[in-house]
Amino acid sequence: MKVCATLPGTSTSILVSQVTSINQNAYPDALPNFCNLGTMLRILVSVNAMGFAAALLKAPTGHGFMQEFMEIAAVIQPVLLISLLLLYALHRPLARLPYATGIAAVLLLELILTTAAYWFGGTKADNIDMGAISRYWIFGLGVSGVLLGYFNLRSRALSPALSEARLQALQARIRPHFLFNSINAVLSLIRANPKRAEQALEDMADLFRVLMADNRQLSPLQREVELCRQYLQLEQLRLGERLKVEWHTDNMPPDALVPPLVLQPLLENAVYHGIEPLAAPGIISINIFKRHDEVHMVLRNPYQPDGDHHGGNKMALNNIRERLALHFDAEGRLESKISDDIYQVHITIPFIVTT
Amino acid sequence: MSNLPLKIVIVDDEIPARNRLRDLLQDCAEQIPLEVVGEASNGLEALALLQSCPADVALLDIRMPEMDGLELAQHLHKLSAPPAIIFTTAYDAHAIQAFEVHAVDYLLKPIRQTRLLEALTRIDTAPPPQEAALRQLRPRPRTHLSVHERGRICLIPASDVVYLRAELKYVTIRTREKEHLLEESLTRLEEEFGERFVRIHRSCLVAKDCIAGFEKTPEENGETHWVVLLTGVEEKLPVSRRQLHIVRELGRG
Repeated sequence: MKVCATLPGTSTSILVSQVTSINQNAYPDALPNFCNLGTMLRILVSVNAMGFAAALLKAPTGHGFMQEFMEIAAVIQPVLLISLLLLYALHRPLARLPYATGIAAVLLLELILTTAAYWFGGTKADNIDMGAISRYWIFGLGVSGVLLGYFNLRSRALSPALSEARLQALQARIRPHFLFNSINAVLSLIRANPKRAEQALEDMADLFRVLMADNRQLSPLQREVELCRQYLQLEQLRLGERLKVEWHTDNMPPDALVPPLVLQPLLENAVYHGIEPLAAPGIISINIFKRHDEVHMVLRNPYQPDGDHHGGNKMALNNIRERLALHFDAEGRLESKISDDIYQVHITIPFIVTT
Repeated sequence: MSNLPLKIVIVDDEIPARNRLRDLLQDCAEQIPLEVVGEASNGLEALALLQSCPADVALLDIRMPEMDGLELAQHLHKLSAPPAIIFTTAYDAHAIQAFEVHAVDYLLKPIRQTRLLEALTRIDTAPPPQEAALRQLRPRPRTHLSVHERGRICLIPASDVVYLRAELKYVTIRTREKEHLLEESLTRLEEEFGERFVRIHRSCLVAKDCIAGFEKTPEENGETHWVVLLTGVEEKLPVSRRQLHIVRELGRG
């Protein structure tokens, strides 16, 4: 009786906690990461586009347009470039401020810069023309406000992808196929080799702990690699000789920060699509190294041309791409290619460590 | 049911999964007399094993390299005394749905001993899966064609076939080395292997990969007709008037 009474209760409470974790906004509003190349490009392109639009509106004829644009650019470019430099230099203290204060600080910075631009650009007049300077202010504040609003909306638009990633991790990440086959493999060990069975269950527990954890924060590469080793040990249990793994991690920066579960789903794909359809042993190779302030992770596995179920593979790749985009914008990349019967996935992310 | 022990063959590509089944069968042996007469790790091995060592029951995993369990079941139909088939699978939403529809027996891994025992006691009464049902369960083309030769089943990889030609009640399979006779209809083969083969004549399917070119040959009555030149086989096959469009589509000669 007691069991019957508690069971429904626990299952609903799990459901509720999942639902709230989707609904609540996991991301507090924050200033964009000003030292990210993608952020800088977005700022550069949009400010120039706005200047372009302003010139189009202002120019009476197509003829005067170029001159208008040059004049506007002469004012905009110095402010824009100095802003980018200052924001880059100040991104750490700015990020520590509460969001509203941060916004105010950025706007104030722009106000000072536009005033300075007016001062040095328009020294012809001795007396300050309040009309002209206030137009500079309105333009500067307007552009900064629109951009900050855009970055805020953008991170909001992308954030559900990440909080959902947690649920997806449970539902799609670990293939049910892997789960049930592994449990079956552990069962087969219990009578003959209880010690090995214990170890396998411990590996499984670790793996699922990470899968069910809050995976929104970056974590050290070393941890991801350990998780992958545990996962591959479980697969080795099932596949034995058929699965050969080559790790190349001599030049790996162990403390580099990566999105959790950036490699494990790819290894799962490699086993499912590359090793399991082969009767002969197959090799999965993992090469992780740092070059020019970038961390590279290269995964290779045998490619089966007439393999089925390619939907699962695409889903995992797209999910990782989304997470890379959210964490690193234009600086995170995932490329996959097939050559000489080898399927390769190459992930590049900026080298970041906790300070 | 006779008192002879039930002969069982285990087919699974994972060694632990086979060991597990062996353990479970040992437990079942206390209730039903049975013996495991062999193990195989894929469909090809299993077919060879079952021909040299007939069994009453085959426990077939679905997802295996070389040849999966669903295709193996289709070839096993051609044995003179085919074993009863019980599929085993860890997870395969598609297959499980289809099994339910066609009342095919299956066990979910990890398998419970009681379920296994139930399935084994049922084999005498349960009807074997129909070939048509098996084909529906596995809509992809088979990797091999199977033919009877000297009392044995011989497998021909579909990729080795140069052409298939209908002759009276048989279909001739031509590979680079040999000819074989198959008891299946050309229409059904075309449905199944349509991607690999092209129909050049009412009675002939040719592997697209093996077409070396086309040639115009004069006939006795003064007219000309097209023939297909093949790689690896000397023969030239006529293209019917109705199928002349393939000369344009695939023509390289």
